[in-house]
Amino acid sequence: MNRKLWLNLFGLAVFVLIPDIARGIDEPFLVNLFTRFAIYAIAAVSLDLILGYGAMVSFGHAAFFGLGGYVVGVVGFHTADGSGILGWQGTGQALILWPLAIAICAVAGLVIGFLSLRTAGVQFIMITLAFGQMFYFILVGLMYYGGDDGLAIDARNTLPGIDLRNPVVYYYLCVALLFAWVLTCRRIVGSRFGMALRSLKQNRRRSVALGLAPLRYQLLAFTVSAAGTGLAGVLWANYALFVSPDMTSWQKSGELMAMVILGGLGSIFGPVIGASAFIGLEQVLTGWTEHWMLVMGPVLVLIVLFGRRGLYGLVVPARDHD
Amino acid sequence: MLMFVEQALNGLQYSALLFLLSAGLTLVFGIMNVINLTHGSFYMVGAFCAAAAAAASGSFVVAIVAAVAGAGAYGLVVERLVVRHLYRRDHLDQVLATLGLVLFTNELVTLVFGRSPPFMDIPPALTGSVQLLPGLSYPLMRLAFIASGVAVAIGLWVLIARTRVGMLVRAGADDREMVDALGVDVRRLYMLVFALGAVLCGFAGVMSAPLLAVQIGMGERILITAFVVIVIGGVGSVRGALIGSLVIGMADAFGRAYIPSLLSQMMPPQLSDPLGSSLISASAYILMALVLLFRPLGLAARA
Repeated sequence: MNRKLWLNLFGLAVFVLIPDIARGIDEPFLVNLFTRFAIYAIAAVSLDLILGYGAMVSFGHAAFFGLGGYVVGVVGFHTADGSGILGWQGTGQALILWPLAIAICAVAGLVIGFLSLRTAGVQFIMITLAFGQMFYFILVGLMYYGGDDGLAIDARNTLPGIDLRNPVVYYYLCVALLFAWVLTCRRIVGSRFGMALRSLKQNRRRSVALGLAPLRYQLLAFTVSAAGTGLAGVLWANYALFVSPDMTSWQKSGELMAMVILGGLGSIFGPVIGASAFIGLEQVLTGWTEHWMLVMGPVLVLIVLFGRRGLYGLVVPARDHD
Repeated sequence: MLMFVEQALNGLQYSALLFLLSAGLTLVFGIMNVINLTHGSFYMVGAFCAAAAAAASGSFVVAIVAAVAGAGAYGLVVERLVVRHLYRRDHLDQVLATLGLVLFTNELVTLVFGRSPPFMDIPPALTGSVQLLPGLSYPLMRLAFIASGVAVAIGLWVLIARTRVGMLVRAGADDREMVDALGVDVRRLYMLVFALGAVLCGFAGVMSAPLLAVQIGMGERILITAFVVIVIGGVGSVRGALIGSLVIGMADAFGRAYIPSLLSQMMPPQLSDPLGSSLISASAYILMALVLLFRPLGLAARA
């Protein structure tokens, strides 16, 4: 048993036991906080897939977070007022709506990724940022769906036999999805596909010479990442019962990147810790002062300057890194 | 016709603002290979310093000095403490560290100047309008803005093409290691270029303070547009920054003027109004995506 396994088991135990702990110390708020941890962790793990393993610095990933959320919001809006959308009367069934939202995000990721991957380096960062900003301004312009003010959602989507309105049940669903997504991503980066992706990151020229066609691998990774981030957006919309253009703002993209770096770039478990630490720190600081960015900003700088392998790297030795 | 000329002037004014910001940004990127998100914060710092100084002294000249000095000094501190350590890091690190600085600066400026900044009047010498054409008068302050943009463009060209420092800047943009190996103090050159960029931002801040709203976060949106400008023009080239500024400035001005009426002819108003406003806001990004698709290295890049 090495430290990495212990840390992962410990993390899993914390996530599983939190509702009991919250009840024990009479802080039901903890469940909400950890729901946010789990949702953002899904987004951060997805981003790590391309950031840490594919060396694709996407500065517009919040677009997929927002898109996933808006699919839930918009379909909910038309279902609630009975108007239907594009001739379909809409649904509140998570089993239909969520895969649909994820598929839409995957298609958006495929298109944006295909266009963006024509560039590399700083141009790639900027074109993904540009696509993110396009989403943002389109959402701001959609006055019908609330524009700048966002869109409130009437009720959570429903799953047969499971009551998602119960915060603890919803929390466990998010944790289960996070767990499944982490395992999936572990399988992806360990597979032949993941190896190809990582070899392209380490030495693109050699990999191409060895016969890898870069676009295929990078584009698939980008699409999977977009779908995962979209899932996080879907969960967030159902958690907060509210979506707004802020979900796609460039600061949000920056926050997602910060979570990945904070937890540890290129380690699938790291971003889970990173997302939790980031949201947790935000929670603590906002409770302490309204000028919490005064602390958070320098923390980000220090993480970048000194914390090369993130929080995960502090505990897990380099040879055990994924 | 009058509307066309007026929109062209508005576009020129926006181009001048964009050029003041993107010239420094592109130099810092071209020479030091650093993506500096803090650049927009220098603009904000300059505008706040200018507004505070103008409120205290009532003089526009004092405001200019305060803005340039404030932004320049803050730029030097940022370079010294943080950016210097990022020169050899990858872009991801640079983006994140400077994003942290942006968040920090926003709060710092809030603490120092308060949430509602002093309103800045147009200086008496530049108030009023000039009759440019029969039926077209244009505010003097905006003309001064355009003129200062042109002056800075010429000054930068002289500096870069005709002086020894400029020669080093060009050499640095071409091949950093070689300049270093030839015995040039690269650290000092980096500091100088970074400070120059910050000073230009401060100047842009004081010029736009009487025209635009001075507020927290004013630097961020314009910064992203400035990035669009340098990517469209070709990263690292001041000429590219100039071309990009003109393209984006004009596209914005004419988009604002003509997109709504064009769309309203094609579709019903409940569809065209929101679509029009989204299109105008997103036009710069759409342009950039198009340019990158066809000329990934920017318009000014040599093949």
